[in-house]
Amino acid sequence: MKQTNLKIVSDAQASGSARSARPVIEIKGVSKTYKTQDGEVPSLRPLDFDINEGEFLVVVGPSGCGKSTLLKLIAGLLPPSAGEIRVENRVVTSPHRDVGIVFQSALLLPWRRVLENVMMPVEVKGLPIEEYRRRALDLIKMVGLDGFERKYPWQLSGGMQQRAAICRALVHDPKIVLMDEPFGALDEIVRDHLNEQLLELWARTDKTICFVTHSIPEAVYLSTKIVVMSPRPGRVTDVIESTLPKERPLDIRETEEFLAIAHRVREGLRAGHSYDE
Amino acid sequence: MTERTAAALRVVNAPWLRPLIFLLLIVVMWDLTIRIFKIPPYQIPAPKDVVITLWQEGPMLLREAWPTTVATIWGFLLSAAFGIPIAMMIAGSRTIESYVYPLLVFSQSIPKIAIAPLFVVWFGFGMLPKVLSAFLLGFFPVVVSAVQGFKSVEPDMMDLARSMEANRWQIFRMVSLPHAMPSIFAGLKVSITLAVVGAVVGEFVGSNYGIGFVLQRSIGNFELPTMFAALVVLALIGVVLFWILDVIERLAIPWHASQRQDVFLAA
Repeated sequence: MKQTNLKIVSDAQASGSARSARPVIEIKGVSKTYKTQDGEVPSLRPLDFDINEGEFLVVVGPSGCGKSTLLKLIAGLLPPSAGEIRVENRVVTSPHRDVGIVFQSALLLPWRRVLENVMMPVEVKGLPIEEYRRRALDLIKMVGLDGFERKYPWQLSGGMQQRAAICRALVHDPKIVLMDEPFGALDEIVRDHLNEQLLELWARTDKTICFVTHSIPEAVYLSTKIVVMSPRPGRVTDVIESTLPKERPLDIRETEEFLAIAHRVREGLRAGHSYDE
Repeated sequence: MTERTAAALRVVNAPWLRPLIFLLLIVVMWDLTIRIFKIPPYQIPAPKDVVITLWQEGPMLLREAWPTTVATIWGFLLSAAFGIPIAMMIAGSRTIESYVYPLLVFSQSIPKIAIAPLFVVWFGFGMLPKVLSAFLLGFFPVVVSAVQGFKSVEPDMMDLARSMEANRWQIFRMVSLPHAMPSIFAGLKVSITLAVVGAVVGEFVGSNYGIGFVLQRSIGNFELPTMFAALVVLALIGVVLFWILDVIERLAIPWHASQRQDVFLAA
């Protein structure tokens, strides 16, 4: 697994016209191979794509295709086996300041109240507490958790816990938010609601979001750009620029346009499968 | 009328009363067994005789209970003071784990009662051999539970902390240590009851005071009521120490599932 492998040039990069914004995250020939006792397990085949400033990029792919690995690489939690990742033009070698992460489980510390959980990155990074406490309270209000600041996580429902986790990812005002199937464990009603709320939050904070999911409707609903991946070892089978307007009521999911994008995602996923079998 | 029955029910259902009711039941069974099978008092004394002995020899028993309690507490404190840091090191480093853990397990298969006389040879008849004996018994459960606690932090939680650029010390202080607290307390609770046993073993082999000594003397003289009374006192020491630890746990980790008030009420 060296850099000699073929590079997949995405539609977006080929056309080039759709990008006026500058890339915040550049993924250049990045591959990942895990070394286990049974030998080397390839997780990601070389990937090449950029994530632009303010973009809502959704990576969609089957379970175990290396989506989570990709996020960990961007966060600097894992070193790539080959290639490099640049965030804000700096090569990522270790965890860095400009990232907030939300995982599938909320991972709130049970001994901390909601506000204390949200403030954790501030404490760790040694940022001014008073200033950021106001920001934390604003965020908590924005996701509708006001009144629950002093509750313990176990007193909250799953959806509320996940909203607190989103506040925690945003509290130190990172440029990038990485989300690893954040709503995967929630029921569909809560999920719809949180999807709507997340779009709203994104519109108000102009973060760059990289969101991983295996739900096609979720991917299409949230994204400005979709990266479709094949099963392990993951590679990009399609990159789709969303044509949906920025304003998205939930029933946009019944429009022709939405279904057309969803269809193309499904095609991309199928292509990934036939490639492997 | 109904109010009175409700009040009575509330008393009967009080959590502290239930074990007492059960204890009373056991004592009744004990008494009945002796009467029905006509067991002679030199084999099992009647509960009444034990209670009388407890009353008559109470001051002596309390006096002898004190050194046993002190030895237990010191042994327990040493277990915690050594057990928790060693568990941190074992959980924190694979190298240390591979060197230390197998030997630690190996050392635990040696019966402590067999080596207790050695302490008498080394340290004489004072407090030290009893403390060491209590420490040896109480130490291992602390280590095992604490290691398990430190190691059971979710990998995603570690990743999350690392993504915040937390250093090792911050991760330990903010994540690992609080996460391990419930396990550590579980280990400490086992440890304190074993420390009582350890202290008594220490007194068995080389002491002329303490509850262990009373136990040995009374069995030698066939004073079974005294022996049983000593056992009751010993059990009380264990219960009280355990209970104190329980209170400390409640104060230290009020957030933990086992301490949640509404769950407690629903149970």
